[in-house]
Amino acid sequence: MDTKFALGGIDYLIMGVYFVFVLGIGWALKKYMKNASAFLEAGRSIPAWVAGLAFISTNLGALEVMGMTGSGLKYGMHTTHFYLIGAIPAMVFLALFMMRFYYGSKARSVPEYLKLRFNEKTRGLNAILFAIMTILASGIAMYALAILLENVLGWNFLVSLFASAAIVLAYTYLGGLSSAIYNEVLQFFIIIIGLLPMAILVMKDVGGWHGMQASLAPIVEAKGYAPDTWTTHWKYTGSASDNPFGVAWYGIFAGLGFVLAFGYWCTNFLIVQRAMAAESMTAARKVPLIGAIPKMFIPFLIILPGVASLVLLNDPAKGFALPLNDAGQPIYDYTIIMLLKQYLPAGVLGLGVTALLASFMSGMAGNVSAFNTVWTYDIYQSYIRPVTGNKEADDKHYLKVGRVATILGVLASIAAAFIASKFGNIMDFLQAIFSMINAPLFAVILLGMFWKRSTGNAAFTGLLAGFLIALLHHGLSVPEGATTLIKGGWIAPLITYPVEMAQNFWTAIYAFSAALLLTVILSLLAKRTKTDEELNGLVYSMTPRLDDSGVIWYKRPWFLAVIVGVMFFGLTILFW
Amino acid sequence: MIDIRFPLGLMFSIFGVILTIYGLATIGNHAMYATSLGVNVNLISGICTLIFGLVMLFFSDPVRKKLRKKS
Repeated sequence: MDTKFALGGIDYLIMGVYFVFVLGIGWALKKYMKNASAFLEAGRSIPAWVAGLAFISTNLGALEVMGMTGSGLKYGMHTTHFYLIGAIPAMVFLALFMMRFYYGSKARSVPEYLKLRFNEKTRGLNAILFAIMTILASGIAMYALAILLENVLGWNFLVSLFASAAIVLAYTYLGGLSSAIYNEVLQFFIIIIGLLPMAILVMKDVGGWHGMQASLAPIVEAKGYAPDTWTTHWKYTGSASDNPFGVAWYGIFAGLGFVLAFGYWCTNFLIVQRAMAAESMTAARKVPLIGAIPKMFIPFLIILPGVASLVLLNDPAKGFALPLNDAGQPIYDYTIIMLLKQYLPAGVLGLGVTALLASFMSGMAGNVSAFNTVWTYDIYQSYIRPVTGNKEADDKHYLKVGRVATILGVLASIAAAFIASKFGNIMDFLQAIFSMINAPLFAVILLGMFWKRSTGNAAFTGLLAGFLIALLHHGLSVPEGATTLIKGGWIAPLITYPVEMAQNFWTAIYAFSAALLLTVILSLLAKRTKTDEELNGLVYSMTPRLDDSGVIWYKRPWFLAVIVGVMFFGLTILFW
Repeated sequence: MIDIRFPLGLMFSIFGVILTIYGLATIGNHAMYATSLGVNVNLISGICTLIFGLVMLFFSDPVRKKLRKKS
C-alpha cells in the first residue's frame, strides 16, 4: 500500500503560512520574557479559556491522534473510554479539589509541591524521573514525526528531524511557556478544522451512524462478538471476553477511570503546568473544566473515523487498505493517514497534514517547556546551584538557566530520537517503564492533599515502592501472544493477560495500591513532621474554604463542573 | 501580553481565503473531487474557516480597540 501523499503547491503554501505564524508568535512574545517566572510559568497571566484549550491540546499529540484512530478500528467505540471515564472525572476532580493547592501553594511545579508538602528527597525522586520521562517522550515524538514525514511526504529523515527540532527550539526559546501554550491553542483549532472534513466525508461514505452500524454488524459477528460491539462502549463490559478491550467494567473503572486517569490528569506536570499558568485562582480551577468540554467531543473527530474505517477495509469497492509491517500485520497507527489520503483533495489535504505536523510539534514543545521548568527549579536550583557556589542567584540568572535548559532539552530529545531510530524497542521499553511513575505519584499526592497525617519519609518510600511494584508486575506478566520481552515478562512470564491494555490497567492498579498502603502504614508508624500551620494551603482540612461569593454564579467552577457532568452522562448514555 | 485571538483569527482568515479561492477556481473539476465524494470540500471548508477566522479577529483586543476609537 502506497502511503505517499502527492502534495501540491497549495498544500505547501498552507503549511508555510502555519510555520510563519508559529515562529511569529514566539518572536512577538520575546519582549515579555523579562524574568524566569515569565519564561517558565508564563507569568501566571494566561486567561482560563486559553489555558483550558492548551490543557487539552498538550495531550492531543500526533501519536495520540494516530493511536486513537487506530484503536477505533481495533476496538471500536470502546476506545472512547479514554475520552470519557478515562478523562472527565479526573479532570473535574483536579479542577474542584486539587488545583487550589497546586496554584495556591505558590509551588512552581508538581515536584515543588511535593517538596513543600513532604520533603526534599520526594521532590528529587519525582523531578529526576519526570525529567527523564519528558525527554524520552519528546525524543520518541520527534523520531515518529521524522519517520512519518519520510513515509508520507518523502522528506529526508535527518532533514525532517533537525528542521522540526529547530522550529520547536526557536519558538520555545523565544517565548517560553507562553509561546508553547499559544501554539497549542493554534494547534487545537488547526486539528479540528484540518481533520473535520475527513471525519464528515468518511461518515457520509459509510452511510452515517446507522449505515455504519448495519455494515459493521456482520464484520463484528465474524470476529466472534455481538453485532453492536463496535458501536457501544459499556454494553459488553459485563465480562472481559465479550469486548475487544479484554477488560470488564470494574477493570475499566478502577484501572482506567481511577488510577490511570487520575494519575495522568491530576499529577502529570506536563498537563497541570497549563492550569498553573492561569491568571487567577478562579481561572486555574476552571482550566481543566474548560478543557473537559472539547475533550468529550474529540472522539467524533478521531475515533469515529477509525471505527468507520473497519467498514471501508471490508468493502473492496472502496479501495481502502492499511500499509503492512514486516510481519505482514496492518499498521493500525496509519489509519488516519490513509483516511486523509482517501478523502481529501489538494487544498484541504494541506490543512490536514499541517494539523498532524502541528500536533507533533506542540507535543515536543509541551515536553520541552515542562522539562525546562523542572530542570531549572527542581534540579538546578535545589541541587546544582548550591554546589557551584552559595551566592543567591537572581531572577535574571534563572531566566538564563531556563533558556539553556530549553536548548539542552531539545538536544537531549534529538539524542533520544537517534537512540529510538537505532534501538526502537529499547525506547518503547523505557517509555513503558517511566509511564509507571504516575500511578504511585497519584497515591502519594492524594494522601498528601487530603490526609494531614501523611509524612515525608512515608511518601518517599511509597513512591519508590509503587514504582518498583509496577516494574515487578511488568516483569512478571505478559499480554497474550507477545513476542518480545519489551511487552513484559522479562523476569518470568507468570501472569498472562488477554491484551496489552489489561496488563497496563493492572500494573497501574497494583502500583497505586502498593504506594497508598505503604504510605498510610509508614505514616501511622511515624510522628507527624509538619505542624498544622505548615500545612496551611497544602492540605485540604488545614486550608480555609475558598470563597467564590465574589464571582457571579455562572462563572463559578462548580457551575461549569455541573455542565461538564451533564454532558458526560449524556454522552455515556447516548452511546451506551 | 498578546491576545491570542488576533494571530489565531489572522491565520485562519488567511487559510480561509486561500481555500475559498482555490475552491472557486476548481469548481467543476469532477476528477479532483472524486476522492471527496463529489463535494467541493475546499470551497466549503474555506468559507467555514474564513468565518471562524473573522469572528476571532472581530473579538480580538486590537480590533475591538480600533472599533471603539472610531465610534
